[in-house]
Amino acid sequence: MNKNSPRLRSKRKAVNLLMLSLTGIATLLVVTPLIWILLYIIHEGAPAINLKFFTQLPTPVGVAGGGIVNALLGSLMTVGLGLVIAAPIGTLVGFYAAAHPDSPLGLLVRFGADVIAGVPSIVMGIFAYTLIVLPQRHFSAFSGGIVLSFIMLPIIIRTTEEMVRLVPSSIREASLALGAAEWKTSLSVILPAALNGVVTGAMLAIARAAGEAAPMLFTAFGNPFMNTNYSQPVATLPHTIFVYAISPYNDWHAKAWATALVLITLILLLNILARIIIWWRTRTLGTIK
Amino acid sequence: MAMQIMIPNKHETSGDTPIKIETKSLEVYYGKFQALKQINLDVREKQITAIIGPSGCGKSTLLRSFNRMNDLTPTCRVEGEIKLDGENLYSPGVDVVDIRRRVGMVFQRPNPFPKSIFDNVAYGPRLYGIHRKSDLEGIVENSLKASALWNEVKDKLNQSGLSISGGQQQRLCIARALAVEPEVILMDEPASALDPISTLKIEELMQEIKKDYTIVIVTHNMQQAARVSDYTAMMMIDDDRTGHLIEFDHTNTIFTRPKDKRTEDYVTGRFG
Amino acid sequence: MIRTQPHSSNTLLIRLRKFFQHGDRIYRLLLVIAVLLVLTLVFSIGAELWKNSSLSRQAFGWKFIISSTWDPALTDTFGALPFILGTLVTSILALLVAIPLGVGTAIFLAELAPNYLRGPLGFLAELLAAVPSVVYGLWGLFAFVPIFVHPAANLLNKTLGFLPIFQGPVFGPSRLAAGLLLGIMVFPTITAVSRDVLLAIPNNQREAAMALGATRWEMISQVLLPYGTSGFFGAIILGLGRALGETIAVTMVIGNNLDLTASLLHPGYTMASVIANEFTEATFDLYLHALIEIGLILFIITLLINVIARLLIWRVGRQNKPEKRS
Repeated sequence: MNKNSPRLRSKRKAVNLLMLSLTGIATLLVVTPLIWILLYIIHEGAPAINLKFFTQLPTPVGVAGGGIVNALLGSLMTVGLGLVIAAPIGTLVGFYAAAHPDSPLGLLVRFGADVIAGVPSIVMGIFAYTLIVLPQRHFSAFSGGIVLSFIMLPIIIRTTEEMVRLVPSSIREASLALGAAEWKTSLSVILPAALNGVVTGAMLAIARAAGEAAPMLFTAFGNPFMNTNYSQPVATLPHTIFVYAISPYNDWHAKAWATALVLITLILLLNILARIIIWWRTRTLGTIK
Repeated sequence: MAMQIMIPNKHETSGDTPIKIETKSLEVYYGKFQALKQINLDVREKQITAIIGPSGCGKSTLLRSFNRMNDLTPTCRVEGEIKLDGENLYSPGVDVVDIRRRVGMVFQRPNPFPKSIFDNVAYGPRLYGIHRKSDLEGIVENSLKASALWNEVKDKLNQSGLSISGGQQQRLCIARALAVEPEVILMDEPASALDPISTLKIEELMQEIKKDYTIVIVTHNMQQAARVSDYTAMMMIDDDRTGHLIEFDHTNTIFTRPKDKRTEDYVTGRFG
Repeated sequence: MIRTQPHSSNTLLIRLRKFFQHGDRIYRLLLVIAVLLVLTLVFSIGAELWKNSSLSRQAFGWKFIISSTWDPALTDTFGALPFILGTLVTSILALLVAIPLGVGTAIFLAELAPNYLRGPLGFLAELLAAVPSVVYGLWGLFAFVPIFVHPAANLLNKTLGFLPIFQGPVFGPSRLAAGLLLGIMVFPTITAVSRDVLLAIPNNQREAAMALGATRWEMISQVLLPYGTSGFFGAIILGLGRALGETIAVTMVIGNNLDLTASLLHPGYTMASVIANEFTEATFDLYLHALIEIGLILFIITLLINVIARLLIWRVGRQNKPEKRS
């Protein structure tokens, strides 16, 4: 190559080194905020964590102490309701999508799940508001649970679908060839094999729903007191963090950090656990599509 | 197990061209697994050298060590020497990028880029700073002519490299390799994925271009090796799945009067 | 019942009958109901938003989108322009940050990182996606903005303050803060999808380029990136979709101000945050409907963007079906 001068060669080498280093720097920059956030939360939130924090109600401004037991319960109620609704429907739809991925209904529903996943959670909140809160004329844990079920649905569908597809089709065909009806095949052969998938889907969905504050703003609405009644408003962890954080009071800021520590510990644990199961499952079964 | 390693130097006949690539005690490992053991081989300039042997004996590994493509496999470790024009390819500080320009490669399955035919062939020259349209057009035309593809694609240079047949794609890949003016061309079973007519075209091509390039071809098609090559290296695999070179000589000798019984068994089709 | 015939060759009626045979009937029915419920949900959301924004749509028509008057106090006129602009500005800023970092990280993870690093780093990037918006907002409000963004904003103002986008006065909560924070929240999405796109490119392309004497970077930038263009585009658009809808974190650091200046260092307002802020304060119906209309606009925009993104990514998947590098 008559133009392959040593100068060109070293220039190409220099460009190569520079660009490749930049990608390494990019990776570092991506990982840094996560570490910063985690460390900061632990640093700011840990001091306020004690047993009382988990068992007491919030105290009025300026009064020391107090806890988030109402928010813990509220999150449990709303996320629980969301799971109870979204899990059966999501699992069934996930099965269908895995079994008939290219049928018209299968394509449509996978597309639909993606659409739902893409709706901003605040818009979901509006939807639940117009659907439930307006007619009922009051905020409630019930409406909070409903909106969370919408948010959890696509996650469960997608995860179930992926995990069921990991089950080798040979198992399914063997059962069908033996004459077992399809529902029996699903229940007795595939469900145990895909149980991990369903469970991980639920875990990821819970992790997501537990952190949603925006839709709670006008469904569950928040409540400084204990409440076990689904038709009453209820406090939730993320909503509490939001309210405390934007307040002008320092001790509430401290409580926001502590609550965030609790929340993020829960969410990260669920995520890590779910991903370990998925990873383990992928390794033992391989990906047979 | 005792082996007889034929050292070509002892069989120099008049008319042997100078040595282009000299392999000395080459050993290649993937992690703990030894893929090649004690390979000593001399590739003659502007001749076609074929490497034959049963599958899994390390033919491709050997070929890929000539242009350091083995570097792309992270666990690969090379010991011994491979000298190109007397310089060891594996000494520290060697410019790998430049070696790959001088030693080009054509793969088993055609792998054109999803770019136009023109841009496929022009890819290499552009890397080396040639950007003027007139220069590139000249190079593209010459390379496509050399790979016997010009007449078939000269009116559709802007079409995708993937829009032509398999045999044509492979010749496109050959043109692409020729465009950077290499000295050696390595071919890893270049015709095994093609139909017989395309195969024949490529064999004719090889005979044509060997006057300008040194060619090393890996093939599991013995008739092809016999038809096309000047020298043949016979490789075999031992119980540990390690590959050895058991005989290396003029093609004529290998196929008519092989010295090693295993070679004779292989080329007469008794096994493999 | 052994399925011996492929679906496509059966007539609809026979298929329907087979579909509901025997004990399968209840199961299949449940399946279909579940599927229909999902589809109904999609339509219902749009329908409810449309219905409940009727007052505002009738009162302002298309002018809603271009009017910048938002006055619930005196004149009861509403216009969404400040929020639409604010959303666009912060989202574009987010992408400007997230694209180079996200694609760069994806390249590093897919092509360069040694095997033992790939798993853990990819995992960390995924964990970033799991952090809830409110936690990002909290960190943003008390750490990221005071420690990084505000000083950076001051610097930008000092050095480049002649540019309209960096004019003072400099505030802590600002569009810049929201844009940067959004960028951090969005780059896991871009990284994950881009990495998948790269991993799906067949290995023979890499070998072809390297064998011609290309450097690693030349191979990546001239062969891999063009090959996966539509996939990367899909990743970016997916990231954009996320950015547009982000509510809580943005609300906490943007300042929630109707101001329409060009300066990034000023507080601003987005569609999602005005809804979050004012929804429960909407004391009369027109106000509420105006906010819901903003929600409708947001819904339509994110819907379109997600559809485009999915189509692009789906197209790359089809392009690469034969060989996959794992």
